[in-house]
Amino acid sequence: MTLNRLLSDDLPRSKILTAILLTLFVLLALAPFIAPGVNALSVAAKILIFIVLVASFDLLLGYTGIVSFAHTMFFGIGAYGVAIACSRWGATWLNLGLGIATALVLSVLLALAIGLFSLRVRAIFFAMITLAIASAFQTLASQLSEITGGEDGLNFSLPDMLASGYMYVEQPIFGVSISGRFVTYYILFAAALAMVLALLRIVNSPFGRVLQAIRENEFRAEAIGYRVVMYRTISSVLSALFATMAGVMLALWLRYNGPDTSLSFEIMLDVLLIVVIGGMGTIYGSVIGAVLFVVAQSYLQDLLKLGSDAASGLPWLAALLSPDRWLLWLGVLFVLSVYYFPNGIVGRLRNRAAGL
Amino acid sequence: MSGLLLSLAGVHTHIGAYHILHGVDLTVPRGQLTMLLGRNGAGKTTALRTIMGLWRASAGIVTFDGQDITQLATPQIARLKIAYVPENMGIFADLTVKENVLLAATQASHASDLDGQRLKWIFGLFPAVEKFWDYPAGKLSGGQKQMLAVARAIVEPRELLIVDEPSKGLAPSIVNNMIDAFAQLKAEGVTILLVEQNINFAKRLGDHVAVMDNGRVVHRGSMAAFAEDHALQQSLMGLTL
Repeated sequence: MTLNRLLSDDLPRSKILTAILLTLFVLLALAPFIAPGVNALSVAAKILIFIVLVASFDLLLGYTGIVSFAHTMFFGIGAYGVAIACSRWGATWLNLGLGIATALVLSVLLALAIGLFSLRVRAIFFAMITLAIASAFQTLASQLSEITGGEDGLNFSLPDMLASGYMYVEQPIFGVSISGRFVTYYILFAAALAMVLALLRIVNSPFGRVLQAIRENEFRAEAIGYRVVMYRTISSVLSALFATMAGVMLALWLRYNGPDTSLSFEIMLDVLLIVVIGGMGTIYGSVIGAVLFVVAQSYLQDLLKLGSDAASGLPWLAALLSPDRWLLWLGVLFVLSVYYFPNGIVGRLRNRAAGL
Repeated sequence: MSGLLLSLAGVHTHIGAYHILHGVDLTVPRGQLTMLLGRNGAGKTTALRTIMGLWRASAGIVTFDGQDITQLATPQIARLKIAYVPENMGIFADLTVKENVLLAATQASHASDLDGQRLKWIFGLFPAVEKFWDYPAGKLSGGQKQMLAVARAIVEPRELLIVDEPSKGLAPSIVNNMIDAFAQLKAEGVTILLVEQNINFAKRLGDHVAVMDNGRVVHRGSMAAFAEDHALQQSLMGLTL
């Protein structure tokens, strides 16, 4: 009953999906103990960040039917909020809080402006407008080098308690040092968990019901009495806020931010791919999609190297499996997953459980 | 209160370059059922959509309960307690039956907030709505979807119910259920404006009739008199009821 309420009565509705989600939850919760290495923990942290970023995009695309290419702009605003505050004003908790608050306010204002001025136009034009705005913002971030660090970006420190060298306990616990890095990871974990639950609450609320109605047929929704532009704008603002928080998480983890790290169009494409592969309009899809994508992106090269070495007797196969071709294989994997899971992995598992 | 609930006076509607309504004059008396008849392409659906503000009238006045609603936005019109059931089963297929019904309930966020007595009455009119309450609406049959669309429209008391061809594409047995449901709604005193091509539907339910042709109302009168006048039917609609 409590779990039902926690998940806003939106249970996975598939035994396999439940098992996968539980496994991922345990793995991510225990990641610092299971994989204490720097690289492995960074992969886990990146998964947490992408879960929030993709889930927030799912609210926009999957639940409201809005195609926006400006989502990474809000991601970047969150990351720059922390980076600028901590590098320019100093690494204190107050400045960190101010940086986050400023980023959130800026995101709300921009999302409101984009929503109110642009959401009345047809979907394709809205997508084009957001693409133009995102490109302009990325250029602006590169050119305002005195504030943003330009193309080089900003390296910065966080308050001492989050620093890698800060030790909370002298002796390691289960072989793991309880450092500022360790605490940062669990801040990210708690934030990701809280935000996914909050998004589940939003999409399963009466407000979320209206968003889904608008996605399906905006004229019908209007004829029932709903102001479509207002609902779409609120959805855009909420989605922007969550994306900004994902950017904050990124900056907290990397202690660096630059245009390519948080504003690049490549990240936008990754988000689109993840939401489609995981399953649009499910929120849970963002978890599964983010895990698959980040793990594939991080370990496919290693896997290909193993394959290439094993196939050294067949030069053409070894060449095909060369780690340099990892992007090609990543592409093939995604084409296959979209082909075999047209409703996304979550959609497929739910349909299977429902006997469809 | 008696008198007219809705009236259209000299309403013109353009859709892009096309001039669809050419000065429609239509009245809907309070507490009665007005049938809007006419050949395909006569402008019936456009008239309903113009009333709801989904197409903007380019000239003329739409008055509801004494208020000029011509320039109001669709959501504002809907909030005057005007429910519109579009043709082709205007439900939300991805939502459950319950969620579809709740969407139209301004006073309830959850099923437990709905007026229990009214819900029971609706379930009596449309048993399929109760039976498939937690099912995705997209999985319902055509008739069930149409019942859901009407159930959603009447989940709360409305001043006016506008329905576009509720029997379109339905099996005769389901059409009879639908006729019974509208008869009950009539008995409850709901004002209804109904576009319909089905002969039985029109004859059994209509109090008043308005016939459209080429974007104008070319005949208005009582349904009973119109049903008796085969020559008039033939001349206006090209068929007899």
